[in-house]
Amino acid sequence: MAFKGSLLIDTEHCKGCGVCITGCNNACIVLAKSVNKKGYNYLELINDDCIGCANCAVICPDGIIEVYRAKML
Amino acid sequence: MTKEEIIKPENLVYKKTPVLTNNVMHYCPGCGHGLIHRLIAEVIEEMDIQDKSIGVAPVGCAVLAYNYFNVDCIQAAHGRAPALATAINRLYPEHFVFTYQGDGDLAAIGTAETIHACNRGENIVMFFVNNGIYGMTGGQMAPTTLKDMKTSTSPYGRDLNIMGNPLKITELIAQLPGAVYVTRQAVYTPALARKCKKAIRKAFENIKLKQGTSFVEIVSNCNSGWKLPPVKSNEWLEQNMLLFYPLGDLKINN
Repeated sequence: MAFKGSLLIDTEHCKGCGVCITGCNNACIVLAKSVNKKGYNYLELINDDCIGCANCAVICPDGIIEVYRAKML
Repeated sequence: MTKEEIIKPENLVYKKTPVLTNNVMHYCPGCGHGLIHRLIAEVIEEMDIQDKSIGVAPVGCAVLAYNYFNVDCIQAAHGRAPALATAINRLYPEHFVFTYQGDGDLAAIGTAETIHACNRGENIVMFFVNNGIYGMTGGQMAPTTLKDMKTSTSPYGRDLNIMGNPLKITELIAQLPGAVYVTRQAVYTPALARKCKKAIRKAFENIKLKQGTSFVEIVSNCNSGWKLPPVKSNEWLEQNMLLFYPLGDLKINN
C-alpha cells in the first residue's frame, strides 16, 4: 500500500533552522529562496515524493508543520 | 492526488499539541528546547493529565516556559525548582509535578536542591536539558562544559588543570536510592526524539505509581552559544557531547 503525504507549513513562524531537512528521507523539503516577515528563509515542500512520515514535524523545534497522509487508490 | 485531496482533517498524521500555547517561542532557530517542550506536552496530552500537571520553570533560557505550556506553571528562583516542586508535590500529592531545568540551573547553582530532592525520593519528574554552556547569559562555561570546549569565559578551551572537570550529574543521581528512573536522551534526530518521548512517558508513569524521583537528562544543542549553525551544532553534539555523555538508561528501578 502506497501512501502520499503533504505538509501544511506555517511559513510565517518558521525560523529557517533546517533541522527538519536532515530528518527527511525523500529530500522533498528545502528552505525557500525568499524570506518571511521576520527575514528567515522558510521551509517549503518542493515535490510529490512526500510519504507523510512526519519525521520533519517530529523534530521541528517550533512545531510549525502539520502532516497529512492519504492512501493511494 | 493533489495537495487539496490529501490535506483533509481525516488524513491528519501530526499536528502541534494543544497542550502547548500558540505563543511564538523565543528560542533561537534550531534550539532543542522547543522540541523538548513539545515532547513533554505531547505526553501530557496522551496521558490526559493536563488539568493535573504542574510545571516548575527554571532560570535560564527556559525561564518563559510557562508562556508555552498550557498547564499550571510556576517559576522558581535560580536552581530552586526541585525545592519548589517538593512543596507543590506535598500539597497536591495527586498532581503530576515536573521541573524543567538547564545545566546552569540544575548542575551549578541548584546542585544541593537537585541532589537532596532526588535523595529524598520526591514524587516528581526532573527534566535536565544539558547543552554544556550557559546559553541565556552569553555562552559562559558551565559545570557540564566539555574538556577543551571553547566558551566566552574559556576562550582557549576548558583547561582541566585550572577549571576543573566536567560534571556528570546524572551519574551522581543514579547512585541515590530515592531516584527510581534515571536516563539520558537526545533529540537531534526523529528516532531519538521518539525514543525520548517514551522516556518522558515512563517518567510520568512513575509519578502515577508513586515510586520516587524520575530524572530525564536530555543532551541538547546550543547553536548560539557554540557559535555554529543549527544543523552543524547537531553534528557537533553527536561527535563530541555524546562521547562524554553516552545515551541510555542509567537506572531503572521497579
